Amino acid sequence: MDHHLILRSVTRLLVGPILLFGLYVQFHGEYGPGGGFQAGVIFAVGFILYGTVFTLRRLKAIVPDWFIMGLVALGLLIYLLTGVVTMILGGNYLDYNALGLSPIGSQHLGIISIELGVGITVFAVMMAVYYAFVSRPPRLDDKDW
Amino acid sequence: MELALTLLLYLALVGTALAIIFMRRLFAVVILSGVFSLLCALLYIVMDAADVAFTEAAVGAGISTILMLGTIALTARSESLKFNPSAVPLGVVLLVGGVLIYGTWDMPNFGDPTAPVHTHVGPDYIARTPVEVDIPNVVTAVLATYRAFDTLGEVAVVFTAGLGVWLLLVNGFGSGASRRDSEQKDGKG
Repeated sequence: MDHHLILRSVTRLLVGPILLFGLYVQFHGEYGPGGGFQAGVIFAVGFILYGTVFTLRRLKAIVPDWFIMGLVALGLLIYLLTGVVTMILGGNYLDYNALGLSPIGSQHLGIISIELGVGITVFAVMMAVYYAFVSRPPRLDDKDW
Repeated sequence: MELALTLLLYLALVGTALAIIFMRRLFAVVILSGVFSLLCALLYIVMDAADVAFTEAAVGAGISTILMLGTIALTARSESLKFNPSAVPLGVVLLVGGVLIYGTWDMPNFGDPTAPVHTHVGPDYIARTPVEVDIPNVVTAVLATYRAFDTLGEVAVVFTAGLGVWLLLVNGFGSGASRRDSEQKDGKG
């Protein structure tokens, strides 16, 4: 897409705010609409926009395959281990009150922790699916669409 | 005002759907399905379901559109013009549509305070969230605290789906590309 000057300029401007908005949705999900699922998708959209406009090769230089596959598992692990930690601390599985802060504080800590896990897995799966679809051979010119 | 807005959005939704049916160029169809998702998101906003609207806009209009574009880049750019009018598909569509509309007669009206969804566990969650979790977004409280097991299952589903797509399309991890190349060479030789 080297000849699309407007697309490239607008993408440069947009990627930063999109990623920032993804983080906002992730960590503000308890107070506004959104949460880990939406934040993961929005965060992935920022990278996918970059990859679509500035070629997949440059995106993979920033976010390689192995890193994405690691994140896919890491998010689910964070979620699962949150439950294990509450069990070790003497509560039931995913019983945040066992985390040992004030009752409200424990709930918040638990929610932030599992939402982080959700966000990481959703982000990584979206990226993995995008890579899987776009990495395959055919590359089209503008006219072919 | 709200009624007018809702009707306008539904009309636009039907118009988009008709355009999708009659369009032959798949690029236009994919973009229109993105428009369809955005109109759905607006409808959810009118119904005060901000979280659902958010998801619809991000997933339906964002990711799905990109994946569909990736798919038509790999397959075909225009729909084949084969069209055999036949009574059976039309009959099936009319029958299923009729059954669905018949089903809606038993549904409570939109916003009906006596609907099951407003009288079952919903009020309980709404009453307990400010005391027990103290966050303004009750959806997050239900999702992450009261129904944390369900959400764990959903994340596991997303994980499995991602893994499945990766294994099917990328053909193994790391060595996939080289293995595919050697298979092609074998096939030609």
